[in-house]
Amino acid sequence: MTEHRAAFLSHSPEDTAHFAERLGELLVAGDCVLLSGGIGAGKSHFARALILSRLPVPEDIPSPTFTLVQTYDLPECELWHADLYRLGDPDQIVELGLLDAFQTAICLIEWPDRLGDLTPHDALHIAFDDPAKDDTREVTLSWTSDRWTAPLKAVLP
Amino acid sequence: MKDTLTVLGLESSCDDTAAAVVRGREILSSVVADQTALHEAFGGVVPEIAARAHAEKLDHCVEGALGQSGLSLADIDIIAVTAGPGLIGGVLSGVMLAKGLSAATGKPLVGVNHLAGHALTPRLTDGLAYPFLILLVSGGHCQFLRVDGPTEFKKLGSTIDDAPGEAFDKTARLLGLPQPGGPSVEKHARSGDETRFTFPRPLLDRPGCDVSFSGLKTALLRQRDQLVADQGGLYDQDVDDLCAGFQASVRDVLVEKSRRALAESPGISGFAVAGGVAANGVLRAALETLCADQDVRFVAPPLALCTDNAAMIAFAGAEQYTERGADDLTLVARPRWPLDTTATAVIGSGRKGAKA
Repeated sequence: MTEHRAAFLSHSPEDTAHFAERLGELLVAGDCVLLSGGIGAGKSHFARALILSRLPVPEDIPSPTFTLVQTYDLPECELWHADLYRLGDPDQIVELGLLDAFQTAICLIEWPDRLGDLTPHDALHIAFDDPAKDDTREVTLSWTSDRWTAPLKAVLP
Repeated sequence: MKDTLTVLGLESSCDDTAAAVVRGREILSSVVADQTALHEAFGGVVPEIAARAHAEKLDHCVEGALGQSGLSLADIDIIAVTAGPGLIGGVLSGVMLAKGLSAATGKPLVGVNHLAGHALTPRLTDGLAYPFLILLVSGGHCQFLRVDGPTEFKKLGSTIDDAPGEAFDKTARLLGLPQPGGPSVEKHARSGDETRFTFPRPLLDRPGCDVSFSGLKTALLRQRDQLVADQGGLYDQDVDDLCAGFQASVRDVLVEKSRRALAESPGISGFAVAGGVAANGVLRAALETLCADQDVRFVAPPLALCTDNAAMIAFAGAEQYTERGADDLTLVARPRWPLDTTATAVIGSGRKGAKA
């Protein structure tokens, strides 16, 4: 499997939100987006903007750090926003119901390294980095599934 | 119906599994099988996900709570259980056990919202009359609620991103301090200078009672990295000063938003603060001063009743049962369950203020 990569520089939180909204338009049930980066890198900001753009009626989008998962009912399917930081054991992924959600829902997963072998092979990986220590972010996308190759061309800045 | 109900309460919506027996405002027993010993080893609070793990512990908690109260199931009038919000596995195991007990004994079943349990605690501990104002401030929550009745809650404001407890945990993580972060950060802040680093006071420039703590975490990260770049590392005093500056910012934001919530709530019997972060001495003292200035009664339930417990569920179950009666066996576990369904959602990024 070939790994594809694409990267761009986001100049502001608004820039990142705009990209999240455009990517959000592409997502359908069964799509999984893995969000990695350190504390404050912008994972939750990205997820929040994406979720808000897909909700027919705006609602609170709390951090999933404490609850591990927040689910949202979209008209088309469920959307799962998970933060796996607190997971102790990959077995808990199954208990959480994430494996089923990978099939039936749109999943946004923070701290996806906790997934280990259970990482969906067709997931889109987005890494956030803040080398300049300011509001800009290096956003790097990587994927192996052809599911993403053509659609991403249209939404990448 | 008896004047004073004896209630068995069950709670298993997140990290703790608990059972309690409450009669009126008297807590006959309260058993919490928590995992505090495990927390530090894992660098954070390890959640209990498996329904079966909750279910196994819950049986023993019920046994323990009944034993300590000196009562048997026959002496119980109603069975109250947290039916959400929370992790589905935990909530489900509590609801299933409660249904089983209810079906087997014929005792009425009452499903309680976990947040209603927290919100009604000042009535259990201090007998606060309706309406009152409460700030729920914990690892997963931050909301200002006006409590008008056992099932009537008006949300005045909430966090638009991280909860304060989470911000304390992440601050501790960024500074290499042990988890849970609240006590670690408070301890270091005691020997720190809160004026050395000025952190933002998010959303103070915006009207209303919503709060935001996500940007504060980023500001702390920047300051830490700046110090490391300038001097090649962090001195103990730097850590103390960073903790003090961070804590002062959380305190100032919550005090100012509390002031606004009080201004929006004429005729309340008092202001209560509950949740794990209410254990923070600096925050508690500042809120107490605010209430003294405004001539409002200040109530802070003891910590054991501020963190997750089943006594609050038993008490809330009794209050709600008196008002609306019992649930039947169709009671479902609800992972999401907002207390105030009429409130409009908080939208947008806390960093720049609302533009929408």
